Amino acid sequence: MTGTLPEPFAAWFAARGWTPRPHQLDVLAAAQAGESVLLIAPTGGGKTLAGFLPSLVDLHANPRPGMHTLYVSPLKALAADIARNLTRPVADMSLDITIDTRTGDTSGERRRRQREAPPNLLLTTPESLALLVSLPDAPQMFASLAAVVVDEVHALAGTKRGDQLALCLARLSTLAPGARRTGLSATVAHRQPLVDYVSSGTPARVIEVTGGAPPEITMILPEGRLPWSGHMGLFSAPEILARIRAAGMTIVFVNTRAQAELLFQELWKLNDETLPIAIHHGSLELESRKRVEAAMAEGRLRAVVATSSLDLGIDWGGVDQVLQVGAPKGVSRLLQRVGRANHRMDEASRAILVPANRFEVLECEAAILGVAARELDGDPPRPGGLDVLAQHLLGVACSAAFHPDAMFAEVRRAAPYADLTRQDFDAVLGFVEDGGYALSAYERYRRLFRDSEGRMHVMSERVARTHRMNIGTIVEEPLLKVRHVGRGGGMLGEVEEYFVNMLSPGDTFMFAGRLLRFLRLRETVCEVTDGGGGDPKVPAYAGGRMPMTTNLADRVRAMLQDPATWHAFPEPVQEWLRLQKARSRLPGRHDLLVETFPRGDRWYLVAYCFEGRNAHQTLGMLLTRRMERFGFQPLGFVATDYVLATWSAREPHDVARLFEQDMLGDDLEAWMAESSMLRRTFRNVAVIAGLIERHHPGAEKTRRQVTVNSDLIYNVLRRHQPDHILLRATRADAAGGLTDVARIAGMLARAKGRIRHMVLSRVSPLAVPVLLDIGRESVRSGESDDDLLAEAETLVAEATGTAEPPPFRPQRPAPPQRPRPDRRQGRLFA
Amino acid sequence: MTPAPVHLAGERLMLDPEGALFWPAQRLLAVADLHFEKGSAAATSGSLLPPWDTRATLDRMAGLLRRYRPDTVVALGDSFHDAKGATRLLPQDQARLAAMTKAAAFVWVLGNHDPTPPEGIGGTSAEEWRVGPLVFRHQATPGRVLGELCGHHHPKAHIPTRGTVVTRPCFVFDGRRLMLPALGAYTGGLDVRAPAIAGLFPRGGRVFLLGRDRLFSFALPARAAAGALL
Repeated sequence: MTGTLPEPFAAWFAARGWTPRPHQLDVLAAAQAGESVLLIAPTGGGKTLAGFLPSLVDLHANPRPGMHTLYVSPLKALAADIARNLTRPVADMSLDITIDTRTGDTSGERRRRQREAPPNLLLTTPESLALLVSLPDAPQMFASLAAVVVDEVHALAGTKRGDQLALCLARLSTLAPGARRTGLSATVAHRQPLVDYVSSGTPARVIEVTGGAPPEITMILPEGRLPWSGHMGLFSAPEILARIRAAGMTIVFVNTRAQAELLFQELWKLNDETLPIAIHHGSLELESRKRVEAAMAEGRLRAVVATSSLDLGIDWGGVDQVLQVGAPKGVSRLLQRVGRANHRMDEASRAILVPANRFEVLECEAAILGVAARELDGDPPRPGGLDVLAQHLLGVACSAAFHPDAMFAEVRRAAPYADLTRQDFDAVLGFVEDGGYALSAYERYRRLFRDSEGRMHVMSERVARTHRMNIGTIVEEPLLKVRHVGRGGGMLGEVEEYFVNMLSPGDTFMFAGRLLRFLRLRETVCEVTDGGGGDPKVPAYAGGRMPMTTNLADRVRAMLQDPATWHAFPEPVQEWLRLQKARSRLPGRHDLLVETFPRGDRWYLVAYCFEGRNAHQTLGMLLTRRMERFGFQPLGFVATDYVLATWSAREPHDVARLFEQDMLGDDLEAWMAESSMLRRTFRNVAVIAGLIERHHPGAEKTRRQVTVNSDLIYNVLRRHQPDHILLRATRADAAGGLTDVARIAGMLARAKGRIRHMVLSRVSPLAVPVLLDIGRESVRSGESDDDLLAEAETLVAEATGTAEPPPFRPQRPAPPQRPRPDRRQGRLFA
Repeated sequence: MTPAPVHLAGERLMLDPEGALFWPAQRLLAVADLHFEKGSAAATSGSLLPPWDTRATLDRMAGLLRRYRPDTVVALGDSFHDAKGATRLLPQDQARLAAMTKAAAFVWVLGNHDPTPPEGIGGTSAEEWRVGPLVFRHQATPGRVLGELCGHHHPKAHIPTRGTVVTRPCFVFDGRRLMLPALGAYTGGLDVRAPAIAGLFPRGGRVFLLGRDRLFSFALPARAAAGALL
């Protein structure tokens, strides 16, 4: 269906020495036929231009006022960047087209102008779109809409932000029935849900760009010894620095913010030439992130140490190579990161993996094979969240009264809600209306009322104002600002409240690439000054770690079992595996290797499950409960991405029975009831659904006092109305988080009758890494808060001499020896 | 449920893990900051919180009354979330509360949220209440005292452990003054290191965190403002 480009566009392309790519012309032809399109292309494929070209061509042929195209991106920065890039061709060709952005940063004055005279092309985010949809003039504003372009669909579909956007798109289909949609996506594992997401009425046409040079991915190891454990990769700092020196511009991706801080520090200790190396992660003050991004764009940096904060976003162009320090965790994630280098489709992206320990060498190799095989991973999108629906329904009511029947039909046109039942819809609407509580005396308090024709109206302007202040589906941990009170001070960024609660005045910690000393907590600001010496604490950000994907785990298992593939590994790894084979056995692809051995005065049990850290955490809790019942006196456990290790006072035996599938019965129920996971999930649901307000008009200062802690609400609601719609939404969400349990169930079923129990006299080579992790990892999820308090109380009693210490304390490995030149920190780029 | 004994002005008092205090010699139960009808107060301003907070708080009260069978119950102020709170009680809750005030002599110490006595509910009310060497107040009197029991601040403590922090409501005690945690189902808390609380315990003391079955005791350092407890 490839056509040609009309003038003046053809001339504009030619003047640049460009030829329109086939997929750009295909998208144009489809758009001119009024079809919706899902364009799947790798980064650097000219996707964004393909998305906008039909709108530019149409507006050139038929110039008209009013909003023509709405572009939605998951990132504010991306919207702003695209707006800049579009201004160029529009100016070059003297097109009579107006362009503007609308995000949380847009000034009140500009917002007003946009409402009076909407631009032809409006670039925005899902949250800002939800706000626009809740305004009384939304029907007029969107009536002229001809196209919606959704960028990075793959990053939105399946998330709550994606649910919100899908509902807003369904709303737009009602307000502007003729508007077509274009979805822009990277290659994904599950395609059909994305097609459904973009479709409006008739199925969207899929246009896929294949080919492009495959990425070149290699691995580097630290010189000297290959670490047995640890996830930070600090040993490899000299090699990382050498690679930075050898290339123009490098992004050094890491897995957690803590790792970013530590690695950044380590690189600057060695950085004798003071190469401009910066740090970028989500906790840093927006201004400092913007400074780093600007310096990158201008080519003033040689390297940026970054977390997922740079995974998506602006096409930097000048990035020559990408380093991934630490485990890649998944093939799709690695490809996304690799794609940040060299945004030209016909050239290969270069990436280097830097494993932090032996197991990560296996994982890196598995990821390289996975990339070569184009074996993408990722969970299929789940049904849309009921909490998001609640927020949306109130938003629509704030714009205009609606009839429930019509609204139900509209909502079901959004792909994530295609299977929504009328019963659930009515329950959500009931919640929005008056809380939906089974207590009739409470119905006098309400947010919506019904008129005589059954249409729903918002109760008051105050309800609408409060709603608009609380739009959004990203619920953040409670954060405290970090302020430097010394010279050259100012806001440095934000840290989690719980981390500050762990600090005493005088404690030092690493943040924003600097060593800081905690002075005091003043209201919601954590005041700090420059740190001197001392052993710094590092913020261990909650949720910073993601587990390895199932596909990658399968590959690791397959390689372990097949010595013919070992030649790909460095010699120390090969030797390690040979030793394991000689002393114990290798974990097989379809069995479950369980080793037991004594060490010190403890018995250890190590299970090689390869199901990811989160699943192992849950399994560890279930298994230790069971060991308790079996009389083995378990004392603790530690989980990594690869294995689970428990230690106990008595020797575990009858291992096959220990790992029977009934483990997931009563123990799981008991654990779920106590689990903090459901409470956390409830908090998110309650905030998104609007039960707990993040912002209240005129009450910003006293917000902490006016909001009721979600745990307290959860306790009361669970006891008095266990089937309340928000609790059902919580359980549905948690079921997503419980894919861990599904992984355990699958593993137990697979291992049934295939448990290889090795009774050893001492630790096996493969078990060394996890034993080294003992004492370094927190074992949070398995224990109740009461257990933790009891332990802390006992520890203090020991420290003050009122109780005997336990006899056993595992040793930490000695820190690496390395000359440390006394350098100033890289403050300029922090 | 294992209560923990403390001694204040020569009197032996039992701290209950539910967050109440029992004085065996006087058969007196003290509770603080019940904040009845906080949920409906939020609902009138547009936050549709689940409405059963009063019922949940009454459940806790009922459990304590069953366990200790006190002659006297002293509620240390802010028993109702606002002056109109008592009028918003649902009939069933009101009847239950009235029955409680018949089973024991209730003393409603007045607080800043409920500066006037509750209407239509039994019991007496007072600005403060003295029994023997002890005085029951809503807000602590600044400076040196001996034998004061108070509420108002909703104390809670953060205990850092295992790379996380456990937060619980707590009693604060320094041998001269005892501050009770809030008992209301929707009551939040103030960190014991906040100047408002730490300033009342300048020489430090102990905090007793509420647990499922028992209390957990930690030292409150002198001048604890802003520092970690562990």
